[in-house]
Amino acid sequence: MHFAFTDQQLEFRDAVRQVLAKVCTTDDLRAAYNAPAARTSRWAALAELGVVGLQVPEDRGGLGLGLVDLVLLLEEAGRVALPEPLVETSALTAPLLAELGSTVPGGPATSAAWLEAIAEGSVAAAVAETSEPSVPVPGANGADLLVLVAPGDGGGPEIHVVGADRVAVTLVPSLDPTRRLGRVGWSPGIDTRAASGEVAASGIRRSADRAAVASAAQLLGLTDRMITMAADYARERHQFGKPIGSFQAVKHLLAGAQVALEFARPVVYAAAWALDEGEADRSRLASTAKAYASEAATEAARVSLQVHGAIGYTWECDLHLFLKRAWALSEAWGSAADHRHRLLASLVGER
Amino acid sequence: MELRFSPAQEAFRHEARAWLAANAPPPRSLASLDTAAGFESHRQWEQTMFEDRWSVVSWPEEYGGRGVGILEWLVFEEEYWRAQAPLRVSQNGVFLLAPTMFEFGTDRQKERFLPAMASGREIWCQGWSEPDAGSDLAGIRSRAVRSASDDGWVLTGQKTWASRGAFAEWCFGLFRTDPQAERHRGLTYFLVELSTPGVTVRPIPQLDAETGFAEIFFEDVFVPDDQVLGGVGQGWNVAMATAGSERGLSLRSPARYTEAAARLVALYGERLLVDPDRATRSADAVAQAWMDAEAYRLNTLWAATRVLDGGSVGPEASANKIHWSETDLGIHRAALALLGTDAEVLGGGPEAAWLDGYLFALAGPIYAGTNEIQRNVVAERMLGLPRG
Repeated sequence: MHFAFTDQQLEFRDAVRQVLAKVCTTDDLRAAYNAPAARTSRWAALAELGVVGLQVPEDRGGLGLGLVDLVLLLEEAGRVALPEPLVETSALTAPLLAELGSTVPGGPATSAAWLEAIAEGSVAAAVAETSEPSVPVPGANGADLLVLVAPGDGGGPEIHVVGADRVAVTLVPSLDPTRRLGRVGWSPGIDTRAASGEVAASGIRRSADRAAVASAAQLLGLTDRMITMAADYARERHQFGKPIGSFQAVKHLLAGAQVALEFARPVVYAAAWALDEGEADRSRLASTAKAYASEAATEAARVSLQVHGAIGYTWECDLHLFLKRAWALSEAWGSAADHRHRLLASLVGER
Repeated sequence: MELRFSPAQEAFRHEARAWLAANAPPPRSLASLDTAAGFESHRQWEQTMFEDRWSVVSWPEEYGGRGVGILEWLVFEEEYWRAQAPLRVSQNGVFLLAPTMFEFGTDRQKERFLPAMASGREIWCQGWSEPDAGSDLAGIRSRAVRSASDDGWVLTGQKTWASRGAFAEWCFGLFRTDPQAERHRGLTYFLVELSTPGVTVRPIPQLDAETGFAEIFFEDVFVPDDQVLGGVGQGWNVAMATAGSERGLSLRSPARYTEAAARLVALYGERLLVDPDRATRSADAVAQAWMDAEAYRLNTLWAATRVLDGGSVGPEASANKIHWSETDLGIHRAALALLGTDAEVLGGGPEAAWLDGYLFALAGPIYAGTNEIQRNVVAERMLGLPRG
């Protein structure tokens, strides 16, 4: 038992935090709102650092590391509301391609080429949660590579790996435009199918768990940022001749959110470890991580807006850039209630 | 990162499990520890554990422990709660006073008090709150003045809400030794035997009608110098160490909640067969309760690792206290909702245990510093908000 990150992991986190503080300011986020893009110079900088290809195998140009290594970096991405698709590309697509390998359409060579391109920073991916065509796919608009789900012949789902040239994406306007939601028009074929049967089903299960944990990690960073912004504001803003942060009503709002964040963190880290290790309780931990992080973020969003008062409700105040991402990610890849439902089904099923 | 216990720790687990299986009384077989008879049977259980060195596993061997680390203690606690062994009548001593005594006590104090505490021969209660000083602990007025003989102190005043106070032998408490000093500075931490002349204990029936706590009156009670813990005028710092144990890693091990959450899931499974519509309406609360217990377990392992690596637990202890107290409430509230009218039934059966547990859980946000005070601590010390 040693539930802690290594010094190396923490140093990498600090280095990424420094870079993101420079290249992903709130001015940058406002620029991204006006021109959402899947890949940017920021994406290239992250690829250069090794972040994008962190889970790409070393012989494909990546770092060959796991979700435990990525989870702190995803937290940093959340802290700055990074617009680029780090969850989809680095936490989901890279490990899935590496696992499927030879069954990816085009065979091992194609899979290897995609992985190398991810590590280089020349590919941004989108991943569908479901085969339901009416559900918009985050990151689809502008994606180079899409991992899609289709109903298979035997009733179970299939995984398809599809290049941008094989899809027609219709932009779906969203509250946070950097989510780049798109409805994907495409035709599943033998030449797009990467997995079917039990291989596909287990791949989808693994991806769902990874997505829950990776989104949860981003939510941790977002939650921390929103609480920090509100606490800063509560120290500066005076009413009745005192900083509003000196009033217990305000303190207790923020303390509640902080406690939620404190307790979400270890759950997310433990879930990442359990996924890397293939532990038997990994899906339960992934559900607990997502439910906890979603609740913490939703609470922090509500509370930080309340503490800011009317100024927080404006376009001018930066807070909304973080609120919107928090709301989106809280519901993506399973809401808190979805994950509580999934967990209980697993607990009762075991009996 | 590694979240598995080591083979040696697992071996320790099996040893504890085997001992508890052979020695622990059946679940709920002892009378409540807040009755005179129950207090004595729980004391006997402490003695049984002590004889085989299971009552204080994390203490050094010279005081009756096994000298194991915090992780092994957590493993032991998992087994203890899994076995549904009796509540610890000595908990105020072994989980709160003892860590403070290891930090601040003299060798003589440790030799005098710790083995008697570990064996259940002397049971301790806490003398902090007063009728006019609860959340505002530094406002206490009970005082100690130098004795005429100049070899000790004379205590006067009143303490209240002393858990286990109705039947305990000893009390640790805060008294004002310097009325001129700033209110946090003039305090001293005393160890007082409750049979000393001038001490009067008045048990207080709690809302379950049992005398779980007491008020204690001090009228010119002489306490010798060697029953000061941590130095005259140092009482606030010493007390905050005890409070850190109470809110942090020591008092409430996660196993208490993970075990209750597992029983809650089992209850849900049973009720699902009997009345699926009703049970399903509690599904979300049951899952939330399980997650809360699991999050507490993981947070404890996270904090324990930090401590083992040389770090410390500061204001996180306040966040911890808010979480465990609310987790306990959530688990029991979910159980009562599943039980419906069965939840009202008193008696010795498993259903009644949920009601007892709920009543106990309701005290959680009040004792060990109210959750409102803990939220102030989180806001001021973790988020840097100004004091009001």
